[in-house]
Amino acid sequence: MEVKTASFEKTSADTSMTVSGAEAVIKCLLEEGVDTIYGYPGGAIMPVYDELYKYQDKIHHVLTRHEQGATHAAQGYARVSGKVGVAVATSGPGATNLVTGIADAQIDSTPLVCITGQVGSHLLGSDAFQETDIVGISTPITKWNYQVTRAEEIPEVIAKAFYIAKSGRPGPVLVDITKDAQFASLEFNYKKCSGIRSYKPNPEVNLSEVERAAEVINSAKKPMIVFGQGVILGGAEELFKEFVEKTGIPSAWTILGLSALPTKHPLNVGMVGMHGNYAPNILTNECDVLIAIGMRFDDRVTGNLNHYAKQAKVVHLEIDPAEINKNVHADFPVLGNVKETLKVLLDLVKPNSHEEWHNEFKELYKTEYDKVISKNLDVNKQDLGMAEVIQEINIKTKGDAVIVSDVGQHQMAACRYSDFTQTRSNVTSGGLGTMGFALPAAIGAKMGTPNREVVAIIGDGGYQMTIQELGTIFQTRVPVKIVILNNGFLGMVRQWQQLFFDKRYASTEMTNPDFVTIAKGYHIEANRVTDRSQLKDAVKAMIEHDGPYFLEVKVEQEENVFPMVPTGASVSDIILE
Amino acid sequence: MEKKNFTVSIYTENNLGLLSRIAAIFLRRHINIESITASPSEVPEVMRFIIVVEVTEEQIKKIVGQIEKQIEVIKAFYHTAEEMIYQETALYKIKSSEFLDDLNVQAFIKATNARIVTVTPKFFVIEKTGKRHEVDELYETLKPYGLMQFVRSGTIAVTKNEMQITGILEKFNTTNSIS
Repeated sequence: MEVKTASFEKTSADTSMTVSGAEAVIKCLLEEGVDTIYGYPGGAIMPVYDELYKYQDKIHHVLTRHEQGATHAAQGYARVSGKVGVAVATSGPGATNLVTGIADAQIDSTPLVCITGQVGSHLLGSDAFQETDIVGISTPITKWNYQVTRAEEIPEVIAKAFYIAKSGRPGPVLVDITKDAQFASLEFNYKKCSGIRSYKPNPEVNLSEVERAAEVINSAKKPMIVFGQGVILGGAEELFKEFVEKTGIPSAWTILGLSALPTKHPLNVGMVGMHGNYAPNILTNECDVLIAIGMRFDDRVTGNLNHYAKQAKVVHLEIDPAEINKNVHADFPVLGNVKETLKVLLDLVKPNSHEEWHNEFKELYKTEYDKVISKNLDVNKQDLGMAEVIQEINIKTKGDAVIVSDVGQHQMAACRYSDFTQTRSNVTSGGLGTMGFALPAAIGAKMGTPNREVVAIIGDGGYQMTIQELGTIFQTRVPVKIVILNNGFLGMVRQWQQLFFDKRYASTEMTNPDFVTIAKGYHIEANRVTDRSQLKDAVKAMIEHDGPYFLEVKVEQEENVFPMVPTGASVSDIILE
Repeated sequence: MEKKNFTVSIYTENNLGLLSRIAAIFLRRHINIESITASPSEVPEVMRFIIVVEVTEEQIKKIVGQIEKQIEVIKAFYHTAEEMIYQETALYKIKSSEFLDDLNVQAFIKATNARIVTVTPKFFVIEKTGKRHEVDELYETLKPYGLMQFVRSGTIAVTKNEMQITGILEKFNTTNSIS
């Protein structure tokens, strides 16, 4: 390796010993505290699998039914546990099947280490069987990647991979290992990586930045917080809650920030963005100070940037320097891990209540309640609505469940209506919008937090993109609860077709199979709800069931998600119907 | 904001794959790279890329941020032409027959500080180092004589101000033990 890294003093219990490259891979994983990995074997990774066989009492390898499933499962595992998720695949198609999961992890800052087998180094570039340039392919979607061609590189490269994946703003890392490097032997000696000279994961807190931010927050009359996943990734939830309570500032979340602050916290004013809540969207354009904490002003959050919070002074607490001023100009940037910056900021801000200002949020919530929420939850309307199902799950799980959602209308219903009391409870594909994410992610989430209830909420479209992972659930008996909200449409696309394409429903209607029979074919307990009267008992039976469970709920076919900020519109032009 | 030429200087570890990682940052934003060079820098084992692009200042700030985010990038800077001392080198291959007959052109080469590097019975090779417009002027002058080949290097440049790379690296060395 050419790169200068620093490492902890020797942590390995083993003194130097001769092992194969493949065994070194396993020993590295053990040194990093890995006990669960997701993957799929194949020619170029067989030496590693042969070692996995020997180490099966120490590492649980979960055989997913597709490599994409392995990455999403590893993501689900990482998101709930805060640990690094690990996915393993062979070369060629095995490696390319990882791509969607890696891209998803990159945009949602999820720590992943992907290990791929590669053809022998003498075959590189020869278009050998199952050879793809996975390092080239994954370059733009990884935080770092590296091709190992010599066995002796393995310990240092894997140590570095784990360090990079989890430090600073986390992300996916890919290590590609040629087959000859897996077979060759090396003197194994493991040192955890503790620094890389060209990489500064945690910017030093600049006290004057924090002081300036405190000053503007203290003098604000109508301040508003928008928090993102940075609060969770930084492990700053408690600190953040203290900050919110001390300052009395109404706080809204991005989809990935959800669950960092309990849903029912009095200062939690809901979601910002395209299908966010009415009040925080409207008041984004009325606040005098906008405090962004660990979030990146995604376009789904901001709507039209030319009309986004132009009246407000923007304070931006962020660990990644490239995010400052990327989409929204930060008048008061505060660079650093929010756990560190919030700690300093907390002492500098003055207690406040902002009661009148908070009342404006409450008033607008009433409007949204009357026009949207009450209708979504109305049990007298003809067909069952998605929100009613989520509400029933809240009741039965008491808000303690991990909710894993896929992408589309049901995702918006799940995020808007789920009740969260604990952090790291919302697992969803935010930035990439990966349909097919939820089923495998739920497998990983349940394994990452085995004592918590894990409920996957999935649409009938996305479900069929990774439906084969039912096989993984069957084989591992991982007790996930799967709820399909079946409206027979690719609902979100259909909604756009209805609103913006004169109801030309091009390829959005789904002719679906019998989902219950399919689940039963995998020996998974399954049930179907076709009428509101069956819902309560069905959800109860699902939650009480000891083992995996599948529940299909037939919901209204042409329900639309509101509120909505139409594309190109300002957040304050959010529509309610 | 108006587009202009910016020179990006990137100090990096000498690592396989970094060139494509950096190039991808431009590609993804549909920005054409005007010229690119990579070479060792003044710091041992540290590489320096010089990339010239035509973009707005707002764009280049964000791009430099994305470049610096790459693990093996030690530091990236951007500069305008005024802040740099820069040169390009070009080679011109011309038929000897055309060339020998014309004394004007020989005088012109001398006057522009170009240099004849190779003379054979069949062709001459002329080298010119200078600013882009000087290289272009000589190209226009030589074109009527039948340019057999022409090639121009990427811009190489040094800044007028000091670069702080050694300091950054020393700081890491003093706070960490290098393996």
